[in-house]
Amino acid sequence: MAKLTMVQAINLALTEEMERDPGVLVLGEDVAQDGGVFRLTDGLLEKFGPGRVLDTPLAESAILGTSIGMAMAGLRPVCEMQFCGFSYLMMGQFEAHATRMRARTHGQVTLPLVIRMPYGGGVRALEHHSESREVLWAHLPGAKVVLPSGPRNARALLAAAIRDPDPVVFMEPKHSYRAFREEVPDEPEVLPIGKAQVVQSGTDVTLVSWGAMMRPTLKAAAEITGKRGVSIEVIDLLSIAPLDAQAITDSVRKTGRCVVVQEAPRSFGPSSEITALINDKAFLYLEAPVARVTGYDVVTPYFGREKHYIPSAGRVARALETTLDF
Amino acid sequence: MPRKPVAKFTIDHLQVLDEHGVVDAKLDPKLPDERLLEMYRWMRLARELDERMLKLQRQGRLGTFPPNTGHEAVSIPVAMAMGPKDWFVGAFRETGGRLVRGEPLTSPLYYYNGWEEGNILPDPALRITPVSVVIGCQVPHAAGLAFASRYQGEDAATVCFIGDGGTSEGDFHEGLNFAAVWKAPMVCIVQNNQWAISIPRSAQTASQTMAQKAIAFGIPCVQVDGNDALAMWVAINEALDHARSGKGPYLIEAVTYRLMMHTTADDPKKYRSEAEEKCAWEKEPLIRFRAYLAGKGLWDDGKEGALIAEVKEQVDQAVRAFEAPVDWAQDTAFDHVYGTDHPHLHEQRAEFLANVRFDGGKEADHG
Repeated sequence: MAKLTMVQAINLALTEEMERDPGVLVLGEDVAQDGGVFRLTDGLLEKFGPGRVLDTPLAESAILGTSIGMAMAGLRPVCEMQFCGFSYLMMGQFEAHATRMRARTHGQVTLPLVIRMPYGGGVRALEHHSESREVLWAHLPGAKVVLPSGPRNARALLAAAIRDPDPVVFMEPKHSYRAFREEVPDEPEVLPIGKAQVVQSGTDVTLVSWGAMMRPTLKAAAEITGKRGVSIEVIDLLSIAPLDAQAITDSVRKTGRCVVVQEAPRSFGPSSEITALINDKAFLYLEAPVARVTGYDVVTPYFGREKHYIPSAGRVARALETTLDF
Repeated sequence: MPRKPVAKFTIDHLQVLDEHGVVDAKLDPKLPDERLLEMYRWMRLARELDERMLKLQRQGRLGTFPPNTGHEAVSIPVAMAMGPKDWFVGAFRETGGRLVRGEPLTSPLYYYNGWEEGNILPDPALRITPVSVVIGCQVPHAAGLAFASRYQGEDAATVCFIGDGGTSEGDFHEGLNFAAVWKAPMVCIVQNNQWAISIPRSAQTASQTMAQKAIAFGIPCVQVDGNDALAMWVAINEALDHARSGKGPYLIEAVTYRLMMHTTADDPKKYRSEAEEKCAWEKEPLIRFRAYLAGKGLWDDGKEGALIAEVKEQVDQAVRAFEAPVDWAQDTAFDHVYGTDHPHLHEQRAEFLANVRFDGGKEADHG
């Protein structure tokens, strides 16, 4: 067991998967010599050489487009979008080909590839570097969208993403890259994609979140548990697509109350889908309306103002109390 | 410091067979007679299929499709020159090349009549990628495939096709740039047929040639008479040798003409003159090839008649197979979303099937 940051855990997963499978390769802007702008791929060039760790020209569409070609030929490319804010340039390739190749060929051609990208706010970054846009990818049939929340699950989910037969968007909460360390086992771990984790079981209210928002969510859960002596169930979704409907349904049928926490803007986000899901599957069990703590439907402000826009533990705590008191 | 030129470029144009079928003896690749006859047979078959598809579409027996007539001399010699390990990355006006490569005649019929079955190859080892409807996307795919061939230690090249309109897309430039930087074994064929739906070549780019776009990426290039199958044969062999020898990609501009509509959903009379079309028909690829064969004593009216009857029968058979009733399941879309199993799709499939049953198998009413 070693205590690792998420950066180290992701680097470990990449190393382990490249050692395990010679078809795995890493490509992206500045990923080789520089080790990536966040140093996620540090040391891979030295270990695996320039044939498997590729600095690409600066073009997001072709980073995914060439990865699609490599995957068609049987390789398992792990490509990096330097920031979520630059990833929209590959949307065409993602929608037109990455998500469709299996369906259009009835499974004859499949694309086992991973698109890694840092996402989210709270790191005082330049414009276009702070958004949480997981829903853009999750909406597309055929896409898998995974968002780890800590070092241990990041390592296990990235291994799963690399071994997965489908394209996986792996969104890394950059606020959590070096924010804390976690025990990571020596042996490689793999977590299933599309399965949530109940990280704390409880009976009075369900708290659902994912990615970077798990930190304020857990903090608020601890605060309200201490303050009111209630029993809170906390679910870490880990994947947005496919969504683990069963885990959410089972929990809300038990607690009758639910608060969903998302960093992304409110409208049309995963929290809307989760609310609709609860309406479909657990309506008669509800003791209170499903509450949502989300970003606002505004263009992400520059970092001078961002702290009031990103959902905080305080907002989650207030929503929990309102839901418990309903 | 003096001001001086630091780089100069020239673009060659290559023609071996002129529009009257007169061959340039020095450039003639001197293909064996049977290869020449094979090439002509493929071109005649592709033309026959295309003409039949237009009839079927006009009769409501086929969906919208982009006719290929006039493009036979581009993809057919290219596919004939390719090796079994090479990847054929098409756009959507290379039906002839796809047939040469081993795609069944029924594939374009299924594909353009709304069945994914048209994308399923009899054997994935044929290495033909599906039609790329979104313009330009296929160029980065080809760069990735070419990279992968080298990564896997295969002595193979990837050949991709794009049209003149496609050269305006970012993916064309990005894909060529990646391939060049990686020295990937890729050949890009720009099928310059003068029209991108209604946009003429002159409104698509201010470049003097399409070929010269390769120069910007450090990729060698040549402009070829794309109605001349022999010139295409010469060019593709040079290009494949270049790519396979580790020197990186190569670009061929094949100058041809889109003799028909973009797809069956548009009418070229709205944007171009009949005089222009008439002039283009005089330069089309089959007339000159037939004249060349006749000049060599390999062809005559009797042989032409026999060949036409033969390819008609071949297309008839394909159409009969395509129009035979099929009992394909309606819910296949649910089979191929992911390679892994997810409960929400089981639930939605059940809902879909219940709705199909509710509609009693009749066409659902969409208002």
